Amino acid sequence: MKKFTVINTPVHNIDGVAKITGRAEYAFDVKLPHMLYGKILRSMYPHAKILKIDTSKALALTGVKAVVTGQDTLGIKQGIWRRYKELCDEEILARSKVRYIGEPIAAVAAVDEDTAEEALDLIEVEYEPLPGAFEPLEAIKEGAPQLHEHAERNINVTRHIEWGDVDEAFRKADHIREDWFRCSSQHHVCMETHNAVASYTPEGRLTVWTSTQSHYYIQVLLSWMLGLKESDVRVISRYTGGGFGSKFEIDSAQFCSSLLSMKLFKPVKIALTREEEFMATKRRTPMFYYLRSGVKKDGTFVAKEARVFTEGGAYTSMGATALYLTGFFQTFPYTWPNYRYDGYRVYTNTTPSSAMRGFGAPQATFTAETQIDLIADDLGLDPIEIRRRNAMYPGYEVPGQATIQSCGLSQCLDKIEEWIKSRGKLPPNQGIGIAAYGFMSGGIFNWFDTPYAFSSAVVQVNYDGKVDLYVGSQDMGQGSNTTMVMICAEELGVRPEDIRIHMGDTDNCPVDLGAWGSRETLMQGNAVKMAAADAKQQIIEFAAARLSPNIVYDLDIKDQWIHLIARPERGLSYFDVVKEAIRGKDGQPIIARGHYTPHRKGMISPAYSFGVQAVEAEVDPETGKITLKNCVTAHDCGQVINPLGVEGQLEGAMAMAAGYGFTEDMPMDEGKILNPNLVDYKILRSTEMPETKVVEVETYEPEGPFGAKEAGEGLTNPTAGALSNAVFHAAGVSIKNLPITPEKVLDALRKKEKKGKKEKE
Amino acid sequence: MEKHLLHITVNNEYRELYINPKRLLVEVLRDDLALTGTKRGCNTGACGSCTVILNGLPVKSCSVLAMQADGAEVATVEGLAEGGKLSPLPTVEGLAEGGKLSPLQRSFLDHGAFQCGFCTPGMLMSTTTLLKEVKKPTKEQIKEAIHGNLCRCTGYNSIIRAVKAVAEGEYKEKGR
Repeated sequence: MKKFTVINTPVHNIDGVAKITGRAEYAFDVKLPHMLYGKILRSMYPHAKILKIDTSKALALTGVKAVVTGQDTLGIKQGIWRRYKELCDEEILARSKVRYIGEPIAAVAAVDEDTAEEALDLIEVEYEPLPGAFEPLEAIKEGAPQLHEHAERNINVTRHIEWGDVDEAFRKADHIREDWFRCSSQHHVCMETHNAVASYTPEGRLTVWTSTQSHYYIQVLLSWMLGLKESDVRVISRYTGGGFGSKFEIDSAQFCSSLLSMKLFKPVKIALTREEEFMATKRRTPMFYYLRSGVKKDGTFVAKEARVFTEGGAYTSMGATALYLTGFFQTFPYTWPNYRYDGYRVYTNTTPSSAMRGFGAPQATFTAETQIDLIADDLGLDPIEIRRRNAMYPGYEVPGQATIQSCGLSQCLDKIEEWIKSRGKLPPNQGIGIAAYGFMSGGIFNWFDTPYAFSSAVVQVNYDGKVDLYVGSQDMGQGSNTTMVMICAEELGVRPEDIRIHMGDTDNCPVDLGAWGSRETLMQGNAVKMAAADAKQQIIEFAAARLSPNIVYDLDIKDQWIHLIARPERGLSYFDVVKEAIRGKDGQPIIARGHYTPHRKGMISPAYSFGVQAVEAEVDPETGKITLKNCVTAHDCGQVINPLGVEGQLEGAMAMAAGYGFTEDMPMDEGKILNPNLVDYKILRSTEMPETKVVEVETYEPEGPFGAKEAGEGLTNPTAGALSNAVFHAAGVSIKNLPITPEKVLDALRKKEKKGKKEKE
Repeated sequence: MEKHLLHITVNNEYRELYINPKRLLVEVLRDDLALTGTKRGCNTGACGSCTVILNGLPVKSCSVLAMQADGAEVATVEGLAEGGKLSPLPTVEGLAEGGKLSPLQRSFLDHGAFQCGFCTPGMLMSTTTLLKEVKKPTKEQIKEAIHGNLCRCTGYNSIIRAVKAVAEGEYKEKGR
């Protein structure tokens, strides 16, 4: 029999038909009887005291039903680290002070959106503007305007990582290189903006339809902020129009619509506009990066020192984790024997920076990989060779942090080397750059101090053999529903079409921390596999009486057939056995549970994915314009579950990461974002996508379900670095300031030309 | 404000409704006709999520006043569905006929040409029009046709492959 019947075959996205026929109901589409529409008044100052808010004129407007301000809240400062008070610093509706342009001040509910909008203009706010701090390197200075009373010099959090003897090792290095980098911001640009419909009823229950990556987090944060019991808040999120890290914190739409609904006992819908989305939701953390690396003449890595200052924005958000992870992944995927990292997250009067796909690692990979090519160039070494010499390998231990189990990095390097060779000699002004990366496969962060398992699942087998699978994970487009159905089908021995998945409803689904940190395939996958295995065991117990094997372990189910493993032709129909079994149980369905929590699996993650990406680009020396030609990725995600899903994740991540590398940015003037729309903020369009090619390097990850690892987030890491290296090899200039725009390339080319002329003279 | 009478044929269904004349086509489709398959990603004509086919052309329904879609000439434009008259104004809900997915829809499934699905209705409308106008579009023509449709999940290449497969006749037979 084949090793797998379901896994590693391309399976249609199980939500697909609903999505392509327009039937999928996103929170954005929810409309309830008697529903009101809300709008949020936002600060126009980056830093100001709120002296007075007068809502009387707004309330007097016909059609306005309620106005809420910070005075209507419990005054709780929230954050995702429930255990650390000083990191809970965001009120959502500001009571006495605003710290960024776009911070919510008041919210209105009215009969329609236009009326609510009109009412916002009638709310009178008296501000006392304060001087602002906008750049982290300025804000951290003595005497800079201070955002929060508790944070001197605006230092929000610091992180330190160290192993080996760094100073001693530097003394032994043959070559030391120092570079400064600036990593820009990036917005998630989910096609579905943040939105919520909240409905509070006199029974004391709040139901919230929303677009989220974690219904559990939203349930907990909302109940805390509103003074309700967790179970009295029901969060429903059946389809989510993109997340990318932006949708697992509580947002202003969820909080304000809930407050308004609790005041009115009517459903209230708030959907952020695209402009609000840019101004007042979170974004990728901008970083100033100092790197000092020491190597031997042959390219062996000896010691590295990294110092990072991040632009935190006004609140902690998820920023502390980005600060830690960028330090951790700065060494990836290499065996640096000595390493020291110091990171500072600095409060600034700008939109808070937080989690975004890659979560600190794209910054680390861009800076590290760009510097490695510069080092290779200094020493006359081949970019592939220097990486191969220092590559992580199975069994490698990141001192004090992590143990690498499966690792296909060196195979990935081989595959990419083959591809580069196949390209032959490139025409002038074209170059290939590579970047290697690694990423976590399930973040071990119990931010919430939750008593629950990290992931859990319930499997119910019904009389007709159909299976109900209840998961706590959240499909936001990445396809985790399909992955879970495939894992369940494989383990239980049925087909994907036999399974109905139940997802995105706190009333019906077990607790799971949600879709972040590349958790779903490994963590939720393990929980699903455990539940399915338990259900299978229960069914096999019934079959054993009929098939009389020597021991029950001689039986298995595959593709709806319960059989003796040694003699697969001898068996029984799964459906027949289930029917009899349930009849024997007096009609009770077969129910099984599964759960997963990584115990003693390191600081960061129980497993790591790896890969190498090559980007071929052309640089126009006259204009500095970069054209992406090809992008090839060799990729180790353990055992592939759904090839169709992996391919989609890879191409999508590449598009997003290429945007980060060369088109996307959020320029600001005194805290005001200058391009809060989809015309001036440039995500890649169809015409800018290069050819993409995927080479799978299969490994077996002992910690993953069927050997699988993450395959979606880590792929965001390599592209900016590979692109910067491609530009370096094509045009001879290294751009250390993201995004790599034509202006920057042209400027660097002119400087290089001038320098060349001077040297000639 | 005085309401105006809008005559509109959507997905082969003729409708008359009184609307505020400043309302957008996307609002009438989503709110009055409950056709929420048509999405709204920016409301400024920049993202393409709200694309519908009006008089045979893909338009961003957030940039069209509903009243602009009023009148007889709308109703006279030929439809898009194979072998039959399709509405001059199909939305994504109108693509599948009698429960049968259109060739493009089937190809989108096979090629994994969507993830979160929010831009997908708009993508389908733009590419449906393309295949109506150009029998065998080149890759460049496909890219051009969806240049105005933003997708943050897929990186577009799977969508391009899906359209290409239909153009090359892989989905001729009637589907499910």
